Amino acid sequence: MSLRAKCAIAGLGQTRMGRNYDHASPVGFAAEAIQLAVDDAGLKITDIDGLLVNPGVTWMDSVMASFSLQQAMGLKDLRLSATMNIGGATAGAMIMHAAQAIDAGLANVVACVFADAPLKAPTPGKAKEGSAAAYGFGRGLNAAFGQFGVNAMYAFVARRHMHLYGTTNEHLGAIAVAQRQWANMNPDAQFYDTPMSMADYNSSRWIVEPFHLYDCCLVSNGGLAVIVTSAERAKDLKRPPVYILGMGQGHPGGDPMETLASGAPIAKETAFKMAGIELDDIDLAELYDCYTFTVLVTLEDYGFCKKGESGPFVANGRTGPNGSLPVNTGGGQLSSFYMWGMTPVSEGILQVRGEAGRRQVPKHDIGLVSGNGGILSTHSTLVLGAHP
Amino acid sequence: MILPPAVVVPPTQSSPKVTNCMAEISKPVPSITPDLSEFFEGARNNRLIVQKCEQCARLRFPAYEICSNCRSTRASWVPVSGRGEVFSFNIMHQVYHPGFAAEVPYAVVVIELEEGCKFVSNLVGVKPHEIRCGMPVEVIFEKLSDEVTIPKFRLRAAR
Ligand SMILES: [Zn+2]
Repeated sequence: MSLRAKCAIAGLGQTRMGRNYDHASPVGFAAEAIQLAVDDAGLKITDIDGLLVNPGVTWMDSVMASFSLQQAMGLKDLRLSATMNIGGATAGAMIMHAAQAIDAGLANVVACVFADAPLKAPTPGKAKEGSAAAYGFGRGLNAAFGQFGVNAMYAFVARRHMHLYGTTNEHLGAIAVAQRQWANMNPDAQFYDTPMSMADYNSSRWIVEPFHLYDCCLVSNGGLAVIVTSAERAKDLKRPPVYILGMGQGHPGGDPMETLASGAPIAKETAFKMAGIELDDIDLAELYDCYTFTVLVTLEDYGFCKKGESGPFVANGRTGPNGSLPVNTGGGQLSSFYMWGMTPVSEGILQVRGEAGRRQVPKHDIGLVSGNGGILSTHSTLVLGAHP
Repeated sequence: MILPPAVVVPPTQSSPKVTNCMAEISKPVPSITPDLSEFFEGARNNRLIVQKCEQCARLRFPAYEICSNCRSTRASWVPVSGRGEVFSFNIMHQVYHPGFAAEVPYAVVVIELEEGCKFVSNLVGVKPHEIRCGMPVEVIFEKLSDEVTIPKFRLRAAR
């Protein structure tokens, strides 16, 4: 039996994002986000009987994060618990897992949460106030050549795309600028108050070529949770239900430098079939954007344009506030906040509900949400609908 | 940015060197882990060797326990030409290790060998902004210590 519209997202909880030190650890952010999500849905904490956790990099004890969070929050008598990690695709995968469990009668109200706290509060006497260093790593041999961090890996893939298809920094910059324009209409975005032109983009410092500073996502402290329950139950709750029309995962394997592709084609096939939709039915797209480049690849892989043609496709502002295809309408991870796959999920929920304020897109019946982890290694697709 | 995969990062031996009264921090010297001991033995003798699946003959590097093509666990080390092309590259502007502080911006390259295997390395003698995909290269060896020599690459005349 199809899971189409069997379940819905009934609550969204989002802590303050970015340089906030409201909690000392991700557990605190996760607990706050879950409480906010439960309140948003009009439920009680004791209604939760399932807990799925995607721990960020700074989560201590991440091997059993869902249990440690349960203990920290004093949650009793859960019927479902798991710590999940397929990188940025985890948010979609948690919602998928929750919906499956609810439809099978294994749980009723499932909280899915991501939280992280890589930024440390400024300490007197220390020059640096915390940085992306939590994400830097290098394997033994690679370190000898100066190859460190995920930025440097993605840069190889992006360079290859540029070499084969003529993609340019102006193309990457078009994504960055469009998303900043969206962020300037999102009060929750870390760059809400900071406009950015193409000239600003071009003059921003290099991180690792071909990536400027504004090709790379933000680093954020915060927590983000959603409550998944049956569509029947969601109808009687406080918020407009966001129906889960389609779900899918795709994990292509192989070498992303060779394929220059994500798992989106596989995940899309499953999700669109379940939802009974075509690409033309999509009103807005919230696409995982660890880098501007990731958005380009994802647009290609969903078929919005052909492989290799995403640069010219976005060059005229097509994905921005005045474009024909609204993409990453809250500013995304590049300009709003970096909560891994929960960033596109949260914006998808707000848009489909029609609660996105000044940045609300006029037609918001069907939203596409993607997640991506590793180096284009894992992928999740959600099709969210305002109507069952 | 996406999460670092849950890899076990082998420790690097970073030994401070003192030269001309100036404290100079050397680049990280890779540890000779058991899976790469033969590779480093080859490099010490200025030979580039990679792992070869004994069942399907596919070449691979770094070393893995299982062939991703045929799942065989039997493998040996074989010499390769050391000739190839620049497949991709980046130019690093951030300092992740003090040993590279004096070199930023520097390039890291992905070399695709003629035999079809890829190597992350450095291209010696070419300015970072002059590197292009497709440049023909050949291996050279850089001795870091008595035990550790690593392969780097330089331009070669195209055939
Ligand atoms: Zn094999």
